[in-house]
Amino acid sequence: MILELRGVRKDYAGVQVLHGVDLVGRRGEVLAVVGANGAGKSTLIKILAGAQPMSEGEMRMDGERVEMRSPHDAHARGIRTVYQEMSLVPGLSVTENLLMGGFPRRRGGLIDWPAAHARARELLESIGFGAIDPRTIAGRLSVARQQMVEIAKALVDEPRVLVLDEPSAVLAGTDLEALFALIRRLRDRGVLVVYVSHRLAEVLELADSIVVIKDGRVIGSTEPSRTSENELIGLMAGRRLEQIYPARRADRGEPALHVSGLSRGGEFEDVSFTLHAGEIVGLFGLVGSGRSELALCVFGAEPASAGEVRVAGGPGGFRTPGQAIAAGLALVTEDRKGSGLVLGMTVADNIMLATLRATTRGPLIDFGRRRRKVAEMVERLDIRPAHCASMTTLHLSGGNQQKAVLAKWLLTGPRVLILDEPTRGVDMATRVEIYRMIDDLAREGLSVLLISSDLTEVLGATDRVLVMNQGRITGEARSDAVTEDEVLTYAIGRTA
Amino acid sequence: MTDQLAGPAPATTTARGRRLPRLVVGGRDLTVQAAFVTLIVLLVATAALTSDVFLTPANLTNLLKQMVTTGLLAFGMLVVILTGGIDLSVGSVVAFSGIVTAGLVAGLPIPLAMAVGVATGIGFGLVNGVLVARFGLAPFVVTLAALTTIRGLAFVYSEVPIAPEDPAFFTLGSALAGPIPVSTLIMLAVFLAGGIFLTRTPAGRSIVAIGGNAETVRLAGINVRRHVALAYTISGACAGLAGVILASRVGIAQPSVGVAFELDAIAACVIGGASLAGGRGSTRATFGGVLVLVLINNLLNLYGVQSFWQQVLKGLIIIAVILVQRTNRVRT
Repeated sequence: MILELRGVRKDYAGVQVLHGVDLVGRRGEVLAVVGANGAGKSTLIKILAGAQPMSEGEMRMDGERVEMRSPHDAHARGIRTVYQEMSLVPGLSVTENLLMGGFPRRRGGLIDWPAAHARARELLESIGFGAIDPRTIAGRLSVARQQMVEIAKALVDEPRVLVLDEPSAVLAGTDLEALFALIRRLRDRGVLVVYVSHRLAEVLELADSIVVIKDGRVIGSTEPSRTSENELIGLMAGRRLEQIYPARRADRGEPALHVSGLSRGGEFEDVSFTLHAGEIVGLFGLVGSGRSELALCVFGAEPASAGEVRVAGGPGGFRTPGQAIAAGLALVTEDRKGSGLVLGMTVADNIMLATLRATTRGPLIDFGRRRRKVAEMVERLDIRPAHCASMTTLHLSGGNQQKAVLAKWLLTGPRVLILDEPTRGVDMATRVEIYRMIDDLAREGLSVLLISSDLTEVLGATDRVLVMNQGRITGEARSDAVTEDEVLTYAIGRTA
Repeated sequence: MTDQLAGPAPATTTARGRRLPRLVVGGRDLTVQAAFVTLIVLLVATAALTSDVFLTPANLTNLLKQMVTTGLLAFGMLVVILTGGIDLSVGSVVAFSGIVTAGLVAGLPIPLAMAVGVATGIGFGLVNGVLVARFGLAPFVVTLAALTTIRGLAFVYSEVPIAPEDPAFFTLGSALAGPIPVSTLIMLAVFLAGGIFLTRTPAGRSIVAIGGNAETVRLAGINVRRHVALAYTISGACAGLAGVILASRVGIAQPSVGVAFELDAIAACVIGGASLAGGRGSTRATFGGVLVLVLINNLLNLYGVQSFWQQVLKGLIIIAVILVQRTNRVRT
């Protein structure tokens, strides 16, 4: 079996996202598709899945042209797609989620539950996920387990092509090994696995062939034995990357923000720290350590039960985000889609959201001034595509969405910028850009608090690191004078 | 002024992925707008060709007057729908503001009595808004309670219709400016000002954004509660004004008037492509929705179709219009 895409083009509302992509995959092959955010990976997946029609071009299976008008057509051709976003019904059992397409019936039409559970168990075991009890309610499983059920669901009717979109994003350790083993077994059974990821180490380990796309075009295809991680990053970014993190010189200025004795019942307690102008401070903690809650509270979005937040030389005690913004604070939350963007609105609307009154003339918004401001930010942060101002943010890639959020906050002219997991789900090339941007902002005198659960990042991109454990600050160190192990020790709470 | 307030630009792909011919002018895809205009032109043409009454000045004036109530209510409803809410109380507010105005005419100068009528609408809208925004109650429930409460209050105020004798009371609803009724001009002015409000003022943009993602808006430093309350107040004001104009046009205020008016208002927004989930809708398209509804009503009246059949046909036409729109929207 051969799957071919020829000259696939796609535009959203007139904006070209794919510019003629050619792709060939064979049975029994793991075909990795890598590319930076915004390269067109997600669009390509949607076309393979039948979720979006292509604007031009064709798709062939075994040389025969196939029309894909809906996900149903893709299923009928044996193409199954597992998206990054979960599609399980959280209130139903694993069995129900797996067998939704057709349950075993008793005579009379009632569902034969014992047979259904047995069938589900058999299915999970056959693909190495036997540890999951099919009777469990899907929503109660860990995210990693849900991901596995998601994959199992795609395998129910033995697909010929399996498309996996960042399947490893939520997996670690043995789960990840189970996934890799499964992918290899599927390949040996003759399935074509299209593996989309920006974890390059995995791609090099797993893939038989690698296709690199950039700006909607295929710019290289290679094999793991003939390339390296560095070369791939270079291809994705369109240049060689000498260094991931900019060299920081700790050039710290006057204090900018004082947080003293801040507490909020059940979330964090007695948190005190000071941020200085021109300084990047990392805040590291494991999931559940209270970091994001702390950020929201400092920003006035959640009330504190005790303690104070004060901007140096300015007011304190913010009770609304509006007051915090007026005092010079900005917060990029960890959940872009949930609290960073209004997805259905345009890039221009989103960028201007926190400064709606900045472009008014009389009671009305001056569209000319607004357009200029937006164009300036799009250019400064290199948001792509370049003429995206009137595009809805829904159609931007993850990294460019993140830049749009950042643009919104930079327009407020902040003195203190709080970034909560700004690089989650962002590819390496865009990450490097974001680190460089943060560095530039600090050089301009901004004070940055970088919240992260990525240990390498929290040490590499900052001057100083605070460590949080179970709602308390348990450690503080200069980033260049501490090891990852030491930081982890603080974070887990054993006294070093 | 951009017509589409927010939301993905329409693409022309049917549910099955087939392409429809597009109309692109100056880089903007106007297919949906064109379909809308075509529908309205078709309705008018059918009416003009099949009925000798339709094009008579009397009928056209009547049509323009009938449009006012639905139009005013639909604009107010659109503002609330944009926030992701709904206002079921507008029909009752129409009755209350009308009957209070008619009742006050005996003792107050007419403009003042009318101002009080509009003010009652503003008051009810504000109460709805505060209950939804401040106390976080579901808009459907709050305004459903308001629907029955305000209807009851209208009957408490007067069980019998009130017909003021002063002819000046009829002016607002029946005066003509040239060929066009003054009340129609007022409604058009509300739509025009409303369109500018929603697309070009910080408050209007905030209201649209709240329907898209309230948490993002809150974290952008915008007072979400105040803007939600404002939306319901605007709807209440429109309903109050509609009630006063309706009483003045008919010449008699009835406590029973306006039952199910909210449904026409919602229908106009939905025909205009507004999303009941909030964040998407447009004043121009909503106005188009009003035109479609009023034309259908008028046409069926001219044909002498029995009123129950009118309801059935209207329901079917709404479904048809929405289906056409759905096939023209990009799937996300």
